[in-house]
Amino acid sequence: MGDGATTTWAAGSGRVSRPESGLARHAFMLTVKAATAIFALIMAGLVLVLVSGSWASLRHFGLRFLWTSRWDPVANVFGGLPFIYGTVVSSLIALLLAASIGILSALFLAEFAPRRLSGLLGILIELLAAVPSVVFGLWGLFVLAPVVQRDIGPALQAAFGFLPIFKGVIYGVNMLTASLILTLMIVPTVMSISRDLISGVPGRYREATLALGSTRWEAVRYVVLPMVRPGVFGACMLALGRALGETIAVTMVIGNRPSISASLFAPGYTIASAIANEFTEATSDLYISALIELGLLLLVISILINAAGRLFLARLDRDGGRA
Amino acid sequence: MQIAPSTRNETMLETTAPTDAEAGVSVRHLNFFYGSNQALRDVSVDFRAREVTALIGPSGCGKSTLLRVLNRMYDLYPGQRAEGEVLIDGRNILGPGVDATSLRRDVGMVFQKPTPFPKSIYENVAFGIRLHEKLGRAELDERVRWALSRAALWDEVRDRLNASALGLSGGQQQRLCIARSIAVRPEVLLLDEPTSALDPISTLKVEELIDELKADFTIVIVTHNMQQAARCADRVAFFYLGELVEIASAEDLFTRPREKRTQEYVTGRFS
Repeated sequence: MGDGATTTWAAGSGRVSRPESGLARHAFMLTVKAATAIFALIMAGLVLVLVSGSWASLRHFGLRFLWTSRWDPVANVFGGLPFIYGTVVSSLIALLLAASIGILSALFLAEFAPRRLSGLLGILIELLAAVPSVVFGLWGLFVLAPVVQRDIGPALQAAFGFLPIFKGVIYGVNMLTASLILTLMIVPTVMSISRDLISGVPGRYREATLALGSTRWEAVRYVVLPMVRPGVFGACMLALGRALGETIAVTMVIGNRPSISASLFAPGYTIASAIANEFTEATSDLYISALIELGLLLLVISILINAAGRLFLARLDRDGGRA
Repeated sequence: MQIAPSTRNETMLETTAPTDAEAGVSVRHLNFFYGSNQALRDVSVDFRAREVTALIGPSGCGKSTLLRVLNRMYDLYPGQRAEGEVLIDGRNILGPGVDATSLRRDVGMVFQKPTPFPKSIYENVAFGIRLHEKLGRAELDERVRWALSRAALWDEVRDRLNASALGLSGGQQQRLCIARSIAVRPEVLLLDEPTSALDPISTLKVEELIDELKADFTIVIVTHNMQQAARCADRVAFFYLGELVEIASAEDLFTRPREKRTQEYVTGRFS
């Protein structure tokens, strides 16, 4: 049927059309193509609008926007680094925690937990995904933030205070709290996809491993996990995508201060939070343009991280034969 | 060991005798249950060392179940249990205190469908060895080479040991699985319909291989294919509805079966 819906359409119009091969199918093909085209157009339009909207800022600040930290609406000087830093750091910490917790709990649920318990716990964790992010934000602000300030922070500082990331004054709303909230929000994605992948590995591979005299743990560690690795990695990418773009919950607990601090106990700011917080207050054209450029950067960061992930995975697969 | 009087003495002349000195594996009065469903009924049979014993019978007759008792694979599944005795080297592997993990080192198993791990050919074979032994690089290489040679695969893969095992053909994958099993040097090798997913030429190769391997291992093979049983087994055991009906040399069982049910099955009267 090839490229032109119109040519096949014309050819079909000369004969008596059977419902299956005629009108209905062409209409269907047309719809499918239109849907795909619309999607591509929207994507292109999005990039176009972001670029044109941020044109003033792009021209005014150039590449400096990427590595300067002064965000001063009064002086009309904008540097995006604190936001890039906050977005990337909070998301990566969340990813690290969520991947560890998610994969381990998926392993437990799929391999070791009794079936009934596994079903119940699975549903509970998946329910987390249904909680609206503003509710996470509220909970983070009123419950988690005080706990971080009072208990978690001091404990971490007492144990690992020599690390720069745990130094300094402990705020309640800070990078750590934001990372923890993000972790909670993306753990269900990692967990449920990983669990389904692990359950999907045919039983004969486990039996084949056990039949060599391995323990159950060895079978999981050396055979089942390597088999699901690409899929689990994909789940992590999906989760990371959500963390990078998460707005309201993060805005409520990160402190919204455009500065870069090595300490996770200090407030930070993310791209998404900045856009949501400041768009209504943006008075000058350059301010608006700078915010739109932040949006463009968020898109670029997401694409870059995704591409890096894919490359990494392709490498892993290629070397997988040897590892 | 107590030997209770069997209800079907006439069919078990060989197996109710005191344990055969040559017996690699002796099964005594084995009953097996999937929950409340009994899959094996008072099965007593010897699998002689350095012989190939084929288990045949219609689907659901218990032959695969018996295989899975011999390496306690059923342990994995709640609700499955075995009663009776299975003696390997005089030790009852169903008894308490038997570590299934170390048992399985002595009793290898190859499955119906090939199960290559998503690793290199070399790593597939080395995997099992590494679980049990700390070998130096040279020793490990030598063992891998030995296993692949014994599995008649060495010549085909010697130049691409580091390539993924998933790139091998189905027949090669199955021989790789056999190599992987014998690499840990078990005493008993269990083959669960090892050729049912293979083409005729690969099947032939695996059958030749089985004939080679019996010099070193006690081999028990489950097969649906009676020609295969006739071709590669020294003795053949016919199972029906969870009972051992008859065990005899391949020639006797196929040409002069003692039992009517055996005769009906081997002549294709039912399946």
